[in-house]
Amino acid sequence: MATVADDISRLTAAVPHAGYRLPDASGHFGRYGGRFVPETLMHPLAELTAAYERFLKDPAFLAELDNDLRDYVGRPSPLYHAERWSRELGGAQIYLKREDLNHTGAHKVNNTVGQALLARRMGKTRIIAETGAGQHGVASATVAARMGLECVVYMGEVDVARQEANVYRMRLLGARVVSVTSGSRTLKDALNEAMRDWVTNIDDTFYIIGTVAGPHPYPAMVRDFQAVIGREARAQMLERSGRLPDVVMACVGGGSNAIGLFYPFIDDADVRMIGVEAGGDGLASGRHAAPLCAGKPGVLHGNRTYLMEDENGQITETHSISAGLDYPGVGPEHAWLKDSGRAEYVAVTDAEALAAFHALTVTEGIIPALETSHALAYAAKLAPTLRRDQTIVINLSGRGDKDMHTVARLDGIQL
Amino acid sequence: MSHPADSRIGALFARLRAEGRTALVPFVTAGDPSPDVTVPLMHRMVAAGADLIELGVPFSDPIADGPVIQRATERALAAGVRLTDVLDMVRAFRTDNSQTPVVLMGYLNPIEIMGADTFAAAAAAAGVDGALVVDVPPEEAAELAGLLRPQGLDLVYLLAPTSDAERIARIGEVASGFVYYVAVKGVTGAGNLDIDAVAAKLTEIRARIELPVGVGFGIKDGASAARVAAVADAVIVGSAIVERIEALVDRPAEIPDAVGGFLAELRAAIDAAGGV
Repeated sequence: MATVADDISRLTAAVPHAGYRLPDASGHFGRYGGRFVPETLMHPLAELTAAYERFLKDPAFLAELDNDLRDYVGRPSPLYHAERWSRELGGAQIYLKREDLNHTGAHKVNNTVGQALLARRMGKTRIIAETGAGQHGVASATVAARMGLECVVYMGEVDVARQEANVYRMRLLGARVVSVTSGSRTLKDALNEAMRDWVTNIDDTFYIIGTVAGPHPYPAMVRDFQAVIGREARAQMLERSGRLPDVVMACVGGGSNAIGLFYPFIDDADVRMIGVEAGGDGLASGRHAAPLCAGKPGVLHGNRTYLMEDENGQITETHSISAGLDYPGVGPEHAWLKDSGRAEYVAVTDAEALAAFHALTVTEGIIPALETSHALAYAAKLAPTLRRDQTIVINLSGRGDKDMHTVARLDGIQL
Repeated sequence: MSHPADSRIGALFARLRAEGRTALVPFVTAGDPSPDVTVPLMHRMVAAGADLIELGVPFSDPIADGPVIQRATERALAAGVRLTDVLDMVRAFRTDNSQTPVVLMGYLNPIEIMGADTFAAAAAAAGVDGALVVDVPPEEAAELAGLLRPQGLDLVYLLAPTSDAERIARIGEVASGFVYYVAVKGVTGAGNLDIDAVAAKLTEIRARIELPVGVGFGIKDGASAARVAAVADAVIVGSAIVERIEALVDRPAEIPDAVGGFLAELRAAIDAAGGV
């Protein structure tokens, strides 16, 4: 019997649907996306787009990617029926797409494996990346180590302090971690600094952006590398129950794990897609990271999308319990999916996410990342309103080991 | 669109070309280190030989700027400077200066949030001559250009070492006022200026673009200004000026003379080098 592993990690299977074909040739999703960068980067972005489109059709490249996803990342990831938690919530059946079981512990590596292969084929010898929680930095340092490429990771000074363990992991892997002290000293400033590095070192450097933001082709390229999540989940649900899920759900910071799950379901009109943003102290408090729920459109980091900004167009500082969601923008495809009504976006608070973190841990023996816990928290609200024969697939985008110190501190425990 | 003589930018370059001189274009961040410094500083810069002033509009995420201008931006934002305040500064400058062109340099988002149509009308009314929006390449510029043009404002484009012949030609079709050649691969304040490479690229650019070509990024002193002046229509100096402002943030009254003195040095070096 053909297994899931045999045929669904293929990048070429990225579009099981004929209807949805975005972005357009210039990288726009409706009014969102695009390429808002200084002139120096326009030619390198055109080169990257051309290389990406070429390798997308290259059987040797795709075979190598498939091998890496299987043997190095550990794909396919299981789709796990969380029976006990579902029973406790008393409604829909909840299935968890176990991206936490990937090498390095999160979905991020699906993308870094793909971009690193591309970097090598383009003859680049140096990798740069930005990171917030450190997961994308670790995933980038990991693939750079494996390929013997130099790696520099930009990380805000604030995040360096709150994600010490991941900083050490990156250094063990041979990466140089640069602490960014400009602006708000978090993920957005790390991205600014990585762009500045890239503009200075474009000849030998490949910038691995970790989410579906940035200038075209990054939102499309990162989506395509992450879409393996949704392709597997779709096939696994069909194989198991003979029908598609009623709801697919994921947390949204920049939005790569959510797009990875959603994308193969976009043309399945009966499947609800729900993205869960970081509500921080609550949307009314202003202390949150929920641009789709409470922001407005603007231009940042090379694309037009929903942003957290003040009335003068300055980007504002965000707040979330999870460093990985602490970003004032969001991928432009999510902005499009919101405006078109195809996907719904909601927010849950820090406290709700933390409660869901504990609930999953004690009912299923799975410790989720705090980012992921936002999706779990909304599922805990939604599931009881659905019938027992309905299904929700949640992207369990990462494991919670990195968050032990944060959670212990909130619980008043010194580790 | 070429440079009509009735625009300040067009008139400036026509006059300089006739005189065989190269323009000196200083950049300062508006409101650095405080809003009341900027207008007197602009007048002092003109007195010291500035031909056109680039006024930086502070933005929280300046991806094309090096550490010096980033810090200037942070000082201006901390002082509460908004796009509307920058327009007020230009309006105040115009009460005593109707000649010197002023180009705003910044990023798209503050303009987008004000509303590009509102911005175009307000900037023209304040006496602004053009805008250089760093993160708007020609591919994304149609809407903004369409709003600025009817107000008589030029949209100034960047060219870079990575711009190939096709891009140069494309930018030549849409640019107005002048074009700004970014002399190095890097951010503002970078230090690896290669004058031979700049000269070669300018030859390539002039074969495809008739507008005046300014050169900036990496010009730090009289010597580098003179070498660039030999090949460019305008020498653009930013970080080296902003460094002098930064050194005097605690003594802001001394800023105009310090910057004026530096510009006078650059002016002398440029004029000694002769025009293009």
